[in-house]
Amino acid sequence: MDFIKRFKLDSLLLPLIGIACFLILWQVIAGKTVTTRVADEFGDMMTKNVRTGISPDLPTPATAWKASKSYIVQPFAKRGELDRGILAFTALSLGLVTQGYIIALVIGTPLGFFLGLSKTFTKAADPIIQVLRPVSPLAWFPLGLVLFSSVKLVDAQQKTWFGASDAAALFTIAICAMWPTVMNTAVGVRAIPQDYLNVARVLKLSRTKTLFKVLIPATLPYMFTGFRLSLGIAWLVIVAVEMLTGRPGIGGFLWQEYNAGSYSRIILCILIIGVIGLVLDRAMSFIEARFKSI
Amino acid sequence: MAFLSVHQVSKGYGPRWNRSEVLADINLEIEEGEFVAIIGYSGTGKTTLMSLLAGLIEPDTGEVRLAGQKMEGPGPDRGIVFQNYSLLPWLSVYENIALAVDQVFPDWTKEKRRAHIEKFIATVNLTSARNKLPSELSGGMRQRVSVARTLAINPKILLLDEPLSALDALTRANLQDEISRLWQEDKKTVVLITNDPDEAILLADRVIPLTPGPRATLLASIPVTLPRSENRKAALETIEGKRLRNEIIERLQAAKKNTGSAIVRKLVLPDIEPEDITKGRHSLLFSARRKPVRKSEIQPISVEVES
Repeated sequence: MDFIKRFKLDSLLLPLIGIACFLILWQVIAGKTVTTRVADEFGDMMTKNVRTGISPDLPTPATAWKASKSYIVQPFAKRGELDRGILAFTALSLGLVTQGYIIALVIGTPLGFFLGLSKTFTKAADPIIQVLRPVSPLAWFPLGLVLFSSVKLVDAQQKTWFGASDAAALFTIAICAMWPTVMNTAVGVRAIPQDYLNVARVLKLSRTKTLFKVLIPATLPYMFTGFRLSLGIAWLVIVAVEMLTGRPGIGGFLWQEYNAGSYSRIILCILIIGVIGLVLDRAMSFIEARFKSI
Repeated sequence: MAFLSVHQVSKGYGPRWNRSEVLADINLEIEEGEFVAIIGYSGTGKTTLMSLLAGLIEPDTGEVRLAGQKMEGPGPDRGIVFQNYSLLPWLSVYENIALAVDQVFPDWTKEKRRAHIEKFIATVNLTSARNKLPSELSGGMRQRVSVARTLAINPKILLLDEPLSALDALTRANLQDEISRLWQEDKKTVVLITNDPDEAILLADRVIPLTPGPRATLLASIPVTLPRSENRKAALETIEGKRLRNEIIERLQAAKKNTGSAIVRKLVLPDIEPEDITKGRHSLLFSARRKPVRKSEIQPISVEVES
């Protein structure tokens, strides 16, 4: 009984209080609609709605819910290319993120290994990496378009299914998401205890065997920290990329709804992006913890 | 020609202008089947010596020969048991040993290798823990896995680098017995490095003291005259055992006195000449008053401190 009490207080009540405070703050900032009835010059009573508040354009929680409801209750509906249920958009975005993320890992992991193993290579590559690492996805995207301007894959109906903007999107995700994997793998390789390497040397393990039997297993925990951080960045980048390309997805939808003036759904998008990011991070942490426990 | 011979080996670290010579003039001859213990203070280059014997590092001068062949690089013919076990933490007991056995005996059949691995797990009494990871084992068990891994590759010479120093006293005593038993079973050539005189006397045929560094070197060896009976531990408490222990300790202490290293420290002493109060405090002539002077901000003075 005591346990249930404490459990409820700590992990249910406190978050609920936090959410309530957040909603109140939102409500306060959004302000309220004041309806006044005034008599016009003909003597008729007219209702006049005036929004007052700190940010009168921000929808209140209630309006946001009303406007977003149909996207949530029918999460997989497809009413049009840019009008779908929220999870349908999410799925599109996740698909693109997965592709870019895989490219990032495939390039980033070996690069990290080379950096960790070779001091010469580190010295040569480090300045470039340090300069490229903080560059924003918004800056990479145009370069991607230039790089892949000739990319055009068409299907049987002569419809482009993979064009320059798709290639640029993948390029942007991959190059932005790659760095945590690169850095963590390099650090992990450098942190391998000399003892493990001595074992490999005494047994005269071949280079390949040393890599697969000693180096990679010893680096895995670091690599997975990198993978987790990379996934977080990939998910951050997707929104920017979709805004620039206007391709269907959660970020594209957000941008479209802003242009359409339906601000309520922007909030929906932000919340969903946050929730998905959290889920991805937790899932990766779970996998990471399993490797760390060794 | 001795089985393992070390001739005029020296080793130092660091650049030329700031070099610390760890080992100098190391000469060592070990016959086949001999159990030799090298004993010295901590931090005197014992592990450096062991790495040289294992071929993990190259000597600056001199050479190490095993069975007449000049040693180049590490190899499985010199099995080394490290102080910190050096087990791969992601592999189970069986897999750790299998990694070594598969590498050293690639032309054996799978069944033969498996039987070989199981045999050595049984030798160190770990059959019940064969599928456990190193993190699930106690320190003593880990060291036994490490010993089994080294024995399983059937090295020509066994190098034990303070294998028991990280263990508690009870486990250490047990493992000392176990090492003694294993050695008597197949009389391998063993070099044990330790900082415990009792352990050295208990296990070895002769004990060689290593002087404290820098420029550590080996002293003349002390043969252990105790009978290698079932219970050498009891012999430790006889007059002969006590004499041996005293001799080892005295030699090490004498060597430490001789080296008496001088540490040069830079002491910064306050360098202020006090105000001259005879001039009178209330003199109107400021220039006439001598203020406290500081001749120089920092003047390093080297003071030799005997340690």
